[in-house]
Amino acid sequence: MFEDLSYYLLQEYWWFIISLLGALFVFMTFVQGGQTLLYALGENEDERDLIINALGRKWELTFSTLVMFGGALFAAFPLFYAVSFGGAYYVWMAILFCFIIQAVSYEYRKKPNNVFGSKVYEGLLFINGSLGIFLLGVALATLYTGGNFVVSNMNLSHWTMASYGLEALLNPFNVAFGLMLVFLARVQALLYFYNSLKNKAIEQRILDHLKPNAVVFLLLFLYVLGSILVQDAYGYDAQTKVVSLESMKFLENLLANPLLSLLLVVGVLLVLYALYLANFKFNKKAIWFSGLGTVLVVTVLLFILGINHTVFYPSLADMQSSLTIERSSSSHYTLIAMSYVSLMVPFVLAYIAWAWRVMNREPLSIDEVKNDAHHY
Amino acid sequence: MIEHSELLVDWSRAQFALTALYHWIFVPLTLGLTFIVAIMETLYVKTGDEKWKRTTKYWMGLLAINFAIGLATGIIMEFEFGTNWSNYSWIVGDIFGAPLAIEGLMAFFMESTFFAIMFFGWEKVSKKKHLLSTWLVAIGSNLSALWILVANGWMQHPVGMHFNPDTARNEMTNFWAILFNPNAYSKFLHTITSGYVLATLFVISVSSWYLIKGRNIQFAKRSIMVAASFGLIVSLFNLTTGDDSARQVAMHQPMKLAAMEGLYDGKSAAPIVAFGILNPKKDYLNDEEEFFYKIEIPEGLSLLGFHSFNAYVPGIKQLVLGDKEHNITSTATKLAIGKRAVNALTAYKEAKKSGDEAGAVTALKTFEANSKYLGYGYLDKVEDVIPNVPMTFYAFHVMVSFGFWFIFLFIVMLYLAMTNELEQKRWFLKLALWSLPLGYAAQEAGWIVAEVGRQPWAIQDMLPVGMSTSQISSGSVMFTFWMFAILFTALLIAEVKIMTKQIKIGPKEV
Repeated sequence: MFEDLSYYLLQEYWWFIISLLGALFVFMTFVQGGQTLLYALGENEDERDLIINALGRKWELTFSTLVMFGGALFAAFPLFYAVSFGGAYYVWMAILFCFIIQAVSYEYRKKPNNVFGSKVYEGLLFINGSLGIFLLGVALATLYTGGNFVVSNMNLSHWTMASYGLEALLNPFNVAFGLMLVFLARVQALLYFYNSLKNKAIEQRILDHLKPNAVVFLLLFLYVLGSILVQDAYGYDAQTKVVSLESMKFLENLLANPLLSLLLVVGVLLVLYALYLANFKFNKKAIWFSGLGTVLVVTVLLFILGINHTVFYPSLADMQSSLTIERSSSSHYTLIAMSYVSLMVPFVLAYIAWAWRVMNREPLSIDEVKNDAHHY
Repeated sequence: MIEHSELLVDWSRAQFALTALYHWIFVPLTLGLTFIVAIMETLYVKTGDEKWKRTTKYWMGLLAINFAIGLATGIIMEFEFGTNWSNYSWIVGDIFGAPLAIEGLMAFFMESTFFAIMFFGWEKVSKKKHLLSTWLVAIGSNLSALWILVANGWMQHPVGMHFNPDTARNEMTNFWAILFNPNAYSKFLHTITSGYVLATLFVISVSSWYLIKGRNIQFAKRSIMVAASFGLIVSLFNLTTGDDSARQVAMHQPMKLAAMEGLYDGKSAAPIVAFGILNPKKDYLNDEEEFFYKIEIPEGLSLLGFHSFNAYVPGIKQLVLGDKEHNITSTATKLAIGKRAVNALTAYKEAKKSGDEAGAVTALKTFEANSKYLGYGYLDKVEDVIPNVPMTFYAFHVMVSFGFWFIFLFIVMLYLAMTNELEQKRWFLKLALWSLPLGYAAQEAGWIVAEVGRQPWAIQDMLPVGMSTSQISSGSVMFTFWMFAILFTALLIAEVKIMTKQIKIGPKEV
C-alpha cells in the first residue's frame, strides 16, 4: 500500500503526522495550563487537591504525547532532530528540565516525608506549566523564524552561536508565540475544569478567569497569525533544491490549498464558539469545541511549513543549510515501514477515547478525591 | 566552532551514563512489579477475596512512587540522542529512530492510558476491565523495554542496513532483520527477566522487614509466596537468557568478552574466572600476570561463549595485533582501511559538490572497496578499541555472582514459605532484606558490562562515540551534567524517603 506512494508524498504524509501530533500535544497542554491556575482557582487545600487530581488523571497522556512527538520527529526527520536538539541545546535542556520536575510532582506532592514539602512540588508544577510551555512555544516558533545552524555536506551540523538557542528569546515573534501557548493552555485548562469538576465555588472562579485569559490569548494569537501570514519565508526550487526568500510564502501555501484555509478558519471559529459557549451560555461542553478547533489550527499552521516546497526550519547562519522535508527525512524504505506502523494510530486513539470516557463520566468532586484510597 | 575534543566526548558520555544509571534504578522495579501486582489482582478477581485486593493496592501504591520517577528520568534519555549525540542521530537515525517512535506509539500510550484506570478506576470500571487495565500496564511497560532493547541490540550488533554515501548515513534495508535481531531478543529477555528478579527482591525484602518487625504477618507471607514463586521461575529464565547473551557477545563483540574475563591472551579451552583480582599493571603488550589472584573453572569461557569445551577465545592481544592462525585481522589494518574509506567518502562528497562526475565515480569505488571498516577510520590509535577492562570485568562478576545468590535466595524463601517457617528464620529474613541493594547493584553492573564493554563504539565496529557527539562546547555539557546530577539526586532522595515512609506505614490490614 505505502510502497506505491512516492518518496515526496510519504515525506508530506509524515510531515502531516508530525503536525497532527504537535497539535494534539498543544491541546493536551491544558494539563500544564491547569498547573499555573492552582492557586487562582483553589482557595483552600481541598480545592487544590481537587484540581491536582483532575489534572493528575491526564498528565501522563500529555507527557506521552510529547515523547511521541519527539520519537516521530526522530524516526521521520532525523536531520531536524540532530540540528535542532543538538544545536539549540540550552533551550531543549531547559525544556527537559521543566518536564522532569513535573513527572514526580503529582505523586510526591502530598506524600508524607517528601523532603521538600508540598509547596515546592506545586512550584515545580507551576514552572512546568509556565516556563516549560513558554520555552516549547519559543522552540516551535523558530520553525518560522529560524535558527543559527550550519549543515555540512556530510549532513553534520553545528550551531554558530555560543548561546545555543537562547538567542531565540530576543525575537519578539518567538516570545509572543511562547506566551500565546501559555495562555492557550490556561484557557483550555479553564474549559477542562469547567467540564470535569463538580464544585460551585471553583466554577465561578473559572468564569472569572476565563475572560481575561481568553482576551490575552486572542490578542497574542492575532499577532502570531498575522505575522505568519504576512512574513516572507524561505522556499526552494523543486529541481535544484536551491533555497531562496519568497514573498508571503505561508499565505501562498494556504491559498494554494483551499481545504487547509477552510480548516484554519473552521478551527478559529470553533475556538471562538467555545469561548462564547462557556462565557455566555455556561455550557460545559465548550472544551470539546475549543479542543477540536485548537487541533485544526495548529495542524494547519505546522503543516504549511513543510508543504509546497517550503523550508520548515530556516537557517539564519547559512540559507542553503535550511531544512526541508525532502532534505531532512528518513529514507524511502524507513518512511514506508513507519507508515505501516502509523496505521496503529486510530486504534491507540480509540482506547484513549474509551479510557477518557469512563474516567470522566462523572465530574470529579472533593468527596470522590477524599474517598479514593489512591489520590494525588 | 567545531570541537571534537576528548573532553566533550567524556562529558557527553558521563551525562548519558548518569541519566541511564539513574533511569535504571527505577525501570526494573516497574517492569517486574507491574506483573506482580497483575498476578495479585488476578488472584483477587479469581477468588473474590478482599485481602488480595488490599495486597494488590498496597504494592500498586509503591509502584506509583517508583513509576513517576522512572518517567522523569526516561524522557531525557530519548531527547539526549538529539541534544548530545546529534551526529549519531543523523548517521544512524534512519534506523534508530524507528524503534523509539514505535515504543512511544505502542507502549507509552498504553501504559499512561491504563495506568490512570489502574489507579483511579477501581470504582469506574468493572472488575474484569480493571484487571485488564492492570495487565495492559504490565504489557505496555514491557513492550517499551522491547523496543528500547531492539534499538540497543542493534547498537551492539547492527543488521538490516547499508551506508548511503550520498546522504552520508546508514539507512534501513530490512525492518524485520532489525526487529528479529537475535542480539535484541537475548538482551530483551535477559533485561526484563532481571527486572522481574529485582521486583521479586523488592517484594521479598519489604515483606521480610514486616516479618522481622512482627507486623502485617499474613500480608507479608502472602506477598512472599507470590513473589518467591514468580522469582524462582524468572531467575532461572534469567540464567538461561544470560547464557544466550554471553554467546551473542562472543560472536559479535569478542573484545567485550575478553574484557569481561580479563583475557589478554587468547586460548583454546579457555577457563572462566569465577573470582579474580586483576593486576592493574597488565596491558596487552607486556608480560605481566593478568591476575593477582583468581579462581577458575576449566574450559568455562569456551563453553559459555561457544558452547564447546575446546573453542578458541581470542584475547585482547590477538584482537588488537591480529592473529592469522585464527583469521583475526589486526586493528592497525582495520584503521588503515577505515582511513581510506573516510578519505574516499570526503573526496566523493567534494567531487559531487563541484560537479566532477568522473572524480565522484573513482572516489565511490575506493569508498566501497574500503567501507567495511569505515568506523575504524574515525579512531586515532589501535589502543582505542580496548574498553576499560577492570570496570567491565568487575561489573560482569558482580552481576553474575549476585545473580546466583538470588536464585538460592528464592529457593530457600519459597521452601520456608511453604513449610511456614519464615518467622522462625529471622537471620535469613535479614539476609533477604539486605539482598535488595545487591539487586540494584547487579542491575547497574549489567548495564556497565553492556555499555562500557563495547567502548569505543556507539554502534559496534561502525561508529565510535567520538564521532557521534553533538558539536557543542564541552562546558555546556558539563553544566547540564551537574544540573541533572543535582536534580536526579534530589529526586532520588525524595523517592527513597517517600518509599520507606510508605513501607513503614504499611498496608491497611492488621
